[in-house]
Amino acid sequence: MEKTLPKIEIIEKYCKGCHICVEFCPKDVLEMKGFYASVKNLEACIKCMQCELRCPDFAIKVITE
Amino acid sequence: MAFDYDKWIRPGKLPHIWCPGCGHGIVMKGLIRAMETLQLKKEETAVVSGIGCASRLPGYIDCCTLHTAHGRAAAFATGVKMARPEMNVILVGGDGDGTAIGGNHFIHACRRNIDMTYIIMNNYIYGMTGGQFSPCTPTGHKASTTPYGNPDPGFDIAKLAIGAGATFVARGTAFHANQIDKLIVEAIQHKGFSVVEILDDCPTTYGRRNKFKSVIEMMNRLKEVAVPVKAAEKMTAEQLQGKVLTGVLYKDETKPEYTVEYAKVIERAKASK
Repeated sequence: MEKTLPKIEIIEKYCKGCHICVEFCPKDVLEMKGFYASVKNLEACIKCMQCELRCPDFAIKVITE
Repeated sequence: MAFDYDKWIRPGKLPHIWCPGCGHGIVMKGLIRAMETLQLKKEETAVVSGIGCASRLPGYIDCCTLHTAHGRAAAFATGVKMARPEMNVILVGGDGDGTAIGGNHFIHACRRNIDMTYIIMNNYIYGMTGGQFSPCTPTGHKASTTPYGNPDPGFDIAKLAIGAGATFVARGTAFHANQIDKLIVEAIQHKGFSVVEILDDCPTTYGRRNKFKSVIEMMNRLKEVAVPVKAAEKMTAEQLQGKVLTGVLYKDETKPEYTVEYAKVIERAKASK
């Protein structure tokens, strides 16, 4: 079965750069780019939604089908 | 699809005022997911708070909200529930607001067993007012008013609530984000006074003074100290030293609920005329 990739949307207007999403991503998908979080390696994403759940600032949306 | 939080947030209110890494946002997301799971109606849901960082939460949520005096959330919420018993009343607040300034209101709301849900975000400190120690600050820890270490032992909010007569008591942490909404759902469904304590992090006024290098270190601490109730049954007292139990800690469905009992009082008073 072919793996479908989600779309990870980061709303920079809301992001406060707390690093929570980057540190607790089990697959190292995200990184800090300057002040904001950004997607480094979307291929590795397993759609566990931990970043979306733990983002205190409503700044991450993991859009799956 | 991604979960749609925007449905429950007042337009234009984000970004919120909480500091980077503050767990209050995680708890707010949990509350929104719980309200969506239960398909609550906005006009039949009241979120009530006192004063403090955590008490800013109702300002962002799009339903009936009430931002009241410091520590008096339980008193105002009791008024809402008595006037409109069909409303789902949810209280939010911090540890200082709930157990120190509002300690008296808190224990008596527990004792009455009025059908409300109290979400206490315990970040061990008064954040908004400048980092004074709260009743939940652990012994020896530093706050702006205890620069040489806090001599007082901290409250165990869950035990306090059980002792005071609350009929549903649960505890979660900001780290275990996907458990928060499940606990809140169960608490709202419970008929009676429900207390959900969420262990939280305050990186700005608590973390810095107590040698936590970052938000991540504070989150990892929450991860380390939390032990689910079922796992704790198999652990020895020695292993449980310094740990905090999480999950549903207490549930009693036999105790009568206050608004139901009060309606009977009204009936009796009418009949005696």
